[in-house]
Amino acid sequence: MRSLDPLDLYEIDDLLSDEERMIRDAVARFVDEKALPLIPKCFDEARFPAELIPEIADLGLLGSSLEGYGCAGLNATSYGLICQELERGDSGLRSFVSVQSSLCMYPIHAFGSEEQKERWLPEMAAGRVIGCFGLTEPHGGSDPSNMKTRARKDGDDWILNGAKMWITNGNIADIAIVWAQTDDGVQGFIVEKDFDGYEAREIHAKMSLRASITSELYFDNVRVPDANRLPNVKGLKGPLSCLNQARYGITWGPIGAATACLKEALDYCGERELFGRPVSATQSAQVKLADMARRITSAKLLSWRLGRLKDEGKLHPSQVSLAKWNNVRMALDIARECRDLLGGSGITLEYSAIRHALNLESVITYEGTETVHQLVIGRELTGHNAF
Amino acid sequence: MKILVTLKRVVDYNVRVRVKSDGSGVETDGVKMSINPFDEIALEEALRIKERGEAEEVIVASIGGDEVQQQLRTGLAMGADRAIQVSADGDVQPLTAARTFLKLVEKEEPGIVFLGKQAIDDDANQTGQMLAALWDRPQATFASKVELADGKATVAREVDSGLETIEVDLPAVLTSDLRLNEPRFVKLPEIMKAKRKPLETLSLEDLGVERAGGIEAVSYEPPPQRGGGKVVESVDELVSELKSKGLL
Ligand SMILES: Cc1cc2nc3c(=O)[nH]c(=O)nc-3n(C[C@H](O)[C@H](O)[C@H](O)COP(=O)(O)OP(=O)(O)OC[C@H]3O[C@@H](n4cnc5c(N)ncnc54)[C@H](O)[C@@H]3O)c2cc1C
Repeated sequence: MRSLDPLDLYEIDDLLSDEERMIRDAVARFVDEKALPLIPKCFDEARFPAELIPEIADLGLLGSSLEGYGCAGLNATSYGLICQELERGDSGLRSFVSVQSSLCMYPIHAFGSEEQKERWLPEMAAGRVIGCFGLTEPHGGSDPSNMKTRARKDGDDWILNGAKMWITNGNIADIAIVWAQTDDGVQGFIVEKDFDGYEAREIHAKMSLRASITSELYFDNVRVPDANRLPNVKGLKGPLSCLNQARYGITWGPIGAATACLKEALDYCGERELFGRPVSATQSAQVKLADMARRITSAKLLSWRLGRLKDEGKLHPSQVSLAKWNNVRMALDIARECRDLLGGSGITLEYSAIRHALNLESVITYEGTETVHQLVIGRELTGHNAF
Repeated sequence: MKILVTLKRVVDYNVRVRVKSDGSGVETDGVKMSINPFDEIALEEALRIKERGEAEEVIVASIGGDEVQQQLRTGLAMGADRAIQVSADGDVQPLTAARTFLKLVEKEEPGIVFLGKQAIDDDANQTGQMLAALWDRPQATFASKVELADGKATVAREVDSGLETIEVDLPAVLTSDLRLNEPRFVKLPEIMKAKRKPLETLSLEDLGVERAGGIEAVSYEPPPQRGGGKVVESVDELVSELKSKGLL
């Protein structure tokens, strides 16, 4: 009988096109050769490896699913595979690309004016302009309809006041896509870093996503020209459609993190001999490892299906919620269990399990907490809004 | 000038190779396959030569079933201009490969045929040398530096005693060693462009290649497991251990 690839028992690889596989392998090589040698130290020092940005851009990873403006125009599955491979390295790396691509370049592409697209997108694809996305506010991220940040019209300009919290890339960003209440409903503004009254403060002492920058943004009477307002969307559907893009990618990312953990645990348990046999020859280790393979396999199939639905233009936000909930939970549980299988070694950065487990504590919270996604599915099933 | 680069599909160098349970070969089902790393280095060098304006076209060629198209597409995504698949099933021995490449040489008339010094699957290290003999042209193998001028290639070769520099007249066969260069990363937009580059399929029969049958693989077995190490307490104990093993 032929033997199966332990990391792809269902031969999901065969569901990918040659190009999709090549894209995955190209990103995988970058992660293995360029990112992973840096990441544990960056995590330890709580430092984002900004020196990788030019190479990330050069590979074509920024705004990769957008058409035109220097972007690669890849399909949804390819974007997913990029997220998967980056997060096999570190969730922080994937967060950087998700925010730049789905939360900053996407809204400019979808809702921006032609001048805004031409001004910002090619520079962002080249990694010369970095963006951040300000939706969450200090008083409660799960309820964005209760937004306090306000933009008031003043002649041809807008005056922005308020604060945003937990903003990825905040302190390295050249522009912030800021969502604010107006008399016309929620609107998006491109705030440039040198605008008077705008300030980003880095959040320190994080125990998760340490190789990623997270900031608070403050707006104190910031004057924003109307030319920096995204003209083609009003209401919460603006930011929510960005989140739907990013969350789709986030369903793929944790597959990478979980795969890295499983591979490491398989190697470790195969080599570590206790009581005269490898740990992997014990029933309890096998049950754990088998269960991980089962959960990774089903997560992969969910994301693969989502990718095809997205390319067919049929993706429903509730479908994304189901996969975001399932896949992040799957990876978080697997990372914790792998940490345990590694014994004492598992608490160090020499192995990746604890780093992934800690990172995934953020991934399960951001872009809609697990509870929020469960409530989305509950509403889909019952018709009752239980938020 | 054209450069013909040969790409062999092999088990990826990161994969821990497993022998099939019946000893008939090496497991390739569900195993990641890649371009032979030395061939990738050869292609990188050819692309750099072209980018310096010293060649007009880089053609990649591979022998095998339709699965080798994956490696050819990767070669196109790295920057090759077009690809040739010579379809053949089963084991292709070095002499068969050399005869096949000779036919491609007659068809394409390249100034350089660039191969890897060996493929990491069977480690034969023969195809380039055989091709040079069949073609009756010079060869510069184990290249770690290549410079072209006035219809000649100056090649630093990695030999046991260090580096040897030789000059060969073109057309010639070159084979790459590990330190020649570091192959580039494939960029995602190039992968999409590679889809539209020409890939021609020929067969051994089309080319009139006679298969060589000189080598028969009798059986495969994994290398013996390494025994565990031993920690010694003192230098004296180390010396006596080494003596008892006849190593001192
Ligand atoms: C590392 C990191 C990076 C981030 N990056 C960004 C970014 O770039 N841009 C951005 O805008 N935001 C970002 N966020 C913010 C993130 O999206 C929010 O943290 C998230 O939406 C949750 O909001 P909150 O932290 O205010 O928690 P809260 O909304 O206060 O939730 C607290 C708890 O209440 C639960 N809860 C909420 N509603 C209900 C309900 N109806 N019923 C029952 N339980 C409920 C939640 O599940 C959670 O357990 C980031 C967060 C982190 C941690």
